[in-house]
Amino acid sequence: MPTNKQPRSLGIVQPQTFKSQQALTLDCGQTLESYELVYETYGELNATASNAILICHALSGSHHAAGYHSESDKRPGWWNAAIGPGKAIDTDKFFVVCCNNLGGCDGSTGPTTHQPDGETLWGADFPLVTVRDWVRSQHHLMLHLGIEQWAAVAGGSLGGMQALQWSVDFPDLLRHCVIIASAPNLTAQNIAFNEVARQAILTDPEFCDGHYVREGKVPNRGLMLARMLGHITYLSNDAMGEKFGRHLQRDKLHYDFGPEYQVESYLRYQGEKFVGTFDANTYLLMTKALDYFDPARDYGGTLAEALRRSTAKFLLVSFTTDWRFQPERSEEIVNALIEAGRDVSYIEVDSPNGHDAFLLDIPYYMGTLRAYLENIDV
Amino acid sequence: MSKLRADQQIIANWIQANSRVLDLGCGDGALLEQLTQHRQVSGYGVEIDPKAILQCTERGVNVIQQDLESGFGHLRNHSFDYVVMSQSLQTVQKTDEALLEMLRIGREGIISFPNMGYIRGRLQFALGGRMPVTRSLSHTWYQTPNIHLCTIRDFEALCREKGIEILERVVVDNDHATRPGMNWMPNLLGKVALYRLKKS
Repeated sequence: MPTNKQPRSLGIVQPQTFKSQQALTLDCGQTLESYELVYETYGELNATASNAILICHALSGSHHAAGYHSESDKRPGWWNAAIGPGKAIDTDKFFVVCCNNLGGCDGSTGPTTHQPDGETLWGADFPLVTVRDWVRSQHHLMLHLGIEQWAAVAGGSLGGMQALQWSVDFPDLLRHCVIIASAPNLTAQNIAFNEVARQAILTDPEFCDGHYVREGKVPNRGLMLARMLGHITYLSNDAMGEKFGRHLQRDKLHYDFGPEYQVESYLRYQGEKFVGTFDANTYLLMTKALDYFDPARDYGGTLAEALRRSTAKFLLVSFTTDWRFQPERSEEIVNALIEAGRDVSYIEVDSPNGHDAFLLDIPYYMGTLRAYLENIDV
Repeated sequence: MSKLRADQQIIANWIQANSRVLDLGCGDGALLEQLTQHRQVSGYGVEIDPKAILQCTERGVNVIQQDLESGFGHLRNHSFDYVVMSQSLQTVQKTDEALLEMLRIGREGIISFPNMGYIRGRLQFALGGRMPVTRSLSHTWYQTPNIHLCTIRDFEALCREKGIEILERVVVDNDHATRPGMNWMPNLLGKVALYRLKKS
């Protein structure tokens, strides 16, 4: 039965750091002898550790999924709409864990942190990591936290890919798997978008082969262009039309390269805002992790085979106007799960907001997520 | 757990324990919930209405949001023991194809539909000169989702034509009870028909 609890904010939350002493051999062949993951937790782990949910973040996300870091913090965590007391992912019931992925730029070991010698920045020397590597590192964190099985692993977009990979690589370590606005792998078109974003960064003269920090430079141009391109693909044509139409930025046309239309100004703003908070090497690495993701590859290209050993139940969600990860891509996963005889539910949410809809508080979407999670026994 | 509608109870009784069921147009998921909890049945409901889907989710029933018209080409032959379509067959665009598709995916198909041959409807049409509106056919002609209505005789003729074997038939009234005359003159006195079918 649905509860009538008022949803509340988590208030101030604090990140913690997990220092893994266990070596991690990556898909690329390199081994990290030790590494750190910055993570946040919300709610209380129960006595039997049966109420833990792992939240996996997407390309530009971080460990800061919900709540605020300080009183003056203007923006809450990236999935504050869903996580908190009385919310769909109810922290009165669940112990929620979210970590900054390996190779990220929010504190976990990655291009912006130091190598084991404690002096040299990783920068471009940080190895390319994959979704499988992330899942392995999250498994180390899980053991550190004393959790033997996740009640659920959940994520949207690239986060959904990690949830899917969990169910393939550790089929009995999660009871539920929630995959939102995601895909079983990237299409050629998606890889193409990523390649343009990468080329924007790689060809920025300030990039310096990835050692820009050492050289005292920042490839802002390239990162901004990459973000602008990405941002276009996260919105729908309808949503952009509704928000900006052909409205002019200034009072009249100026016949120059200043921002004539509001959408240009918006994209520049989004790009510039991103540049101050994100690292170019991490952006490159994230897009590569997306490209490489293909859990079916080790199973003869058949996703159903990859999922056959999973003991989890699945919930999949897609959004009608998401053209980066179309509903058809989610349906591929659903069909593979049906073929594998797994329990699965799937909803296609009507939303004008494109791929970004997965971050929004849409009643049907949040209501389904809430109802699904309420049925989980802890 | 809520009590099943009488027609769903008839359908539930036809389904063997431990089987795999696909319920097309599953509504609030009551049938699947019952079958899962009492017959160890596994399976999925297919539904298009978000309100009904949310009810399924609350019940913990597997539900896939999909339009029945969009096809099930991705499902393998006989990948389910039963494919159920309760009170929805008359709403799909290509009834004959839908029926054959059900019997391709499932070893058996279970369907129910309102009988257009029922005497009250016949009298409304014959004497009143109007399209029938009855309890089991409660929509006016201009807003009905029922685009392919048929009588029991029509349906059985289609089954013969398509090589579909009728394993069982139950004819009931609006309360889904079988009254004495119905087995004698089903096409005239039955309001709702339920069938268990397989492809010969």
